Amino acid sequence: MNLLSLILVNLGRNKRRTVLTMMSVMIALFLFCALRGVLDTLNESIKIGSESKLITRNAISLIFPLPLSYRERLATIPGVQEVSYANWFGGRDPVDNSNFYAQFAGSENYLTMYRADYDIIAYDKPPPGAAVPPGMDPTLAAYMLEREACVVGEKLFKRMGWKLGQQVKVSGTIFPGTWTFNIRAVYRAKDPQFGEEALFFHWKYLSEKGMGGQGQVGWYTLQLADPGRAGDVTRAVDALYENSAASTHTETERAFQAGFVSMYGNVPFLIGVIGLAVVFAILMVAANTMMMATRERTAEVGVMKTLGFEDGTIFRIVLAEAAVITLGGGIIGALLAKWAIESSGFNAGGLLPPMTVSWATVATGVGIAVLMGATSGIIPAVQASRLKIVDALRRVE
Amino acid sequence: MAIPIIYNVRNVMQRPWTTLATGWGIAMVVMILVGAFALASGFQAALVESGSPNNAIVMRVGADSEISSGVGRDAANIIKALPDIATGPDGRPLVSTDMVVLTNLPRLGGTGGSSNVTIRGIDPASLTLRDQVKVTSGRMFTPGTGEVIVGRRISPRFQNLAVGNQIRFGQQSFNVVGLFEADGSAFESEIWGDNAVLMPAFQRTDAFQSVTFRMRNPGQFAELEKRLEADPRLGVQVKTERAFYSEQSALLANMIRFAGVLITLIMAIGAIFGAMNTMYAAVSQRTREIAVLLTLGFSPFSIMTSFMAESVILCLIGGVLGVLLALPINGITTSTTNWSSFSEVAFAFRVTPMGVALGLLFSVILGVVGGFLPARQAAKQSLAGSLRAA
Repeated sequence: MNLLSLILVNLGRNKRRTVLTMMSVMIALFLFCALRGVLDTLNESIKIGSESKLITRNAISLIFPLPLSYRERLATIPGVQEVSYANWFGGRDPVDNSNFYAQFAGSENYLTMYRADYDIIAYDKPPPGAAVPPGMDPTLAAYMLEREACVVGEKLFKRMGWKLGQQVKVSGTIFPGTWTFNIRAVYRAKDPQFGEEALFFHWKYLSEKGMGGQGQVGWYTLQLADPGRAGDVTRAVDALYENSAASTHTETERAFQAGFVSMYGNVPFLIGVIGLAVVFAILMVAANTMMMATRERTAEVGVMKTLGFEDGTIFRIVLAEAAVITLGGGIIGALLAKWAIESSGFNAGGLLPPMTVSWATVATGVGIAVLMGATSGIIPAVQASRLKIVDALRRVE
Repeated sequence: MAIPIIYNVRNVMQRPWTTLATGWGIAMVVMILVGAFALASGFQAALVESGSPNNAIVMRVGADSEISSGVGRDAANIIKALPDIATGPDGRPLVSTDMVVLTNLPRLGGTGGSSNVTIRGIDPASLTLRDQVKVTSGRMFTPGTGEVIVGRRISPRFQNLAVGNQIRFGQQSFNVVGLFEADGSAFESEIWGDNAVLMPAFQRTDAFQSVTFRMRNPGQFAELEKRLEADPRLGVQVKTERAFYSEQSALLANMIRFAGVLITLIMAIGAIFGAMNTMYAAVSQRTREIAVLLTLGFSPFSIMTSFMAESVILCLIGGVLGVLLALPINGITTSTTNWSSFSEVAFAFRVTPMGVALGLLFSVILGVVGGFLPARQAAKQSLAGSLRAA
């Protein structure tokens, strides 16, 4: 006799119960994988940023600027290939305050320094008669030649329903007033971790309009000739400014990004705890159902044993039943989580990379489902296999 | 006629393992709901209680937090001279011009990392103005010296923030001379020192971040707000301190609540399936009993309500268990970055009566929803069929 067909018939006996249990396992695994996905995403965001770029910021904190005059000195430090700089621009959508997207004011070489990380998918041509310097990226020429131009990410562009050449208004919180930007290009990230929800514009515009031309810079980005020398360069930069009015703190771009994640404090821990609680709760529910199912069939097990089924076979049948329910529910739940989370495209307003549920998490989820099946099935399985025929049949009413 | 509720209570108690297993599933759902609300309430309470309804806070127009605000010295002097400001016991006006900056400090403990901590430079009058602030160990900083006091909530979370330590901001070192409490408010996540020393150290000389004062007549806040915001010399916005801190906390607290409710709802569906399983099993096991009840003249409706009641009892047991499990988190301190101010806020979970009531109500709803279909099945049972089955 085929054991598999026996298992399937047993599962089909109380279809409602099988389906309900499977669904509760599915939901548990969905939630578990979705929560783990959040942690995956946080971990992913630690990996954003290059090891061959250094970020130099004010030693006190990012809100304190550095003088523009550092630029020349930084460029002469051995191992530094190119220096760019940028400021964070905290502006709000004047129409909808809760609509948040990242805004950066970068130096004239800021976008070209990251040129390998994105593609320009749409761009305006520079106005006729404009003198385009030789060697200028033609896709960025219109942006480079206009003070109020900006470049925006494709996702932001679509979300806001913007058009190329459109004027965008932002009201400043750090730099008061209403700011206007003209969209001259749209970029698509080559690596999804680069993010597509940001607006980049000219540092010069910010400096002239917002900072009274004082030449203050949020942070410097140093492109290294050789990532292996990051340590030397870091020490050289920080030593150079250690006793100046604005001392610096330098780290790799990756470490800089990781710093933001550490600001989440205990949140990842809490998410982990909730994930475990979910699994544990559903484990109890599943175990209870399996016990119910076995208890109902006491007499039947007795008959099977009379027919010559061995204890081990009975044990395996009951355990396999539990495994089919939890594994079925688990696989559907885990895959559903991956699909639902990743297609939602949620990315915390550009602060985080797009949400992902890694295959490792899906595998962990399925592994947990298997474990769940084993633990929830083991007691009823042992009970059924140890059952004495006499006891089983005596209970027949 | 209704079936006595004790019938259901006994039934639930008759099968302790099933009850416990189903109840446990419900308990986890309720625990997470109560926990999420405790987290949000704790965070919100810490911030809201930082502000007093009698104080007004003045910031630059358009600024959404103290960090992004700047009030020039001239404007600050105009505000300081307002007749609307209450005076303290010493006859001086209760007003503080604050410098607020962030500094990036390394965390203590294994995971490492660093976070932004708020540093507040204050005027001497500030301590009368914020009377909830009390130095609990060490002593108050001496004005005019390089001394600071540290909020008691962040002191154990970061390096060099214990009494006797030194911290360096820019070119200057500061001695930590005391720890302070402030009724659990967000001030306990800040470092305080004298403006006269801190501002030069941070090269902030021409502007303060905010001006806070005790209103002589809080009832006339609206008029005061209008007058100050219309003054072209100032370029400021005015809020009551309470309203300001409520706004600061609203975004994150709402996000925590939203996430909590979302997770709970998804989990609740799983738990409802569990409860349905249990109730269906209960109904099918008691086919004969139901038949007897019908024979005795109980209406199908009262049988239905009886099974619904049983489901509610079952889930309520889980709910109570969940609340009991959630209670111990009350008072546990945790921390996060408040994304409105971009700085670390440490606060305690706060299990509120509201949160507990909500958790229990939720478990009742789970009972009703999970019990409805099985109860309907029980009520629809035909008398002849049931007795024949028996």
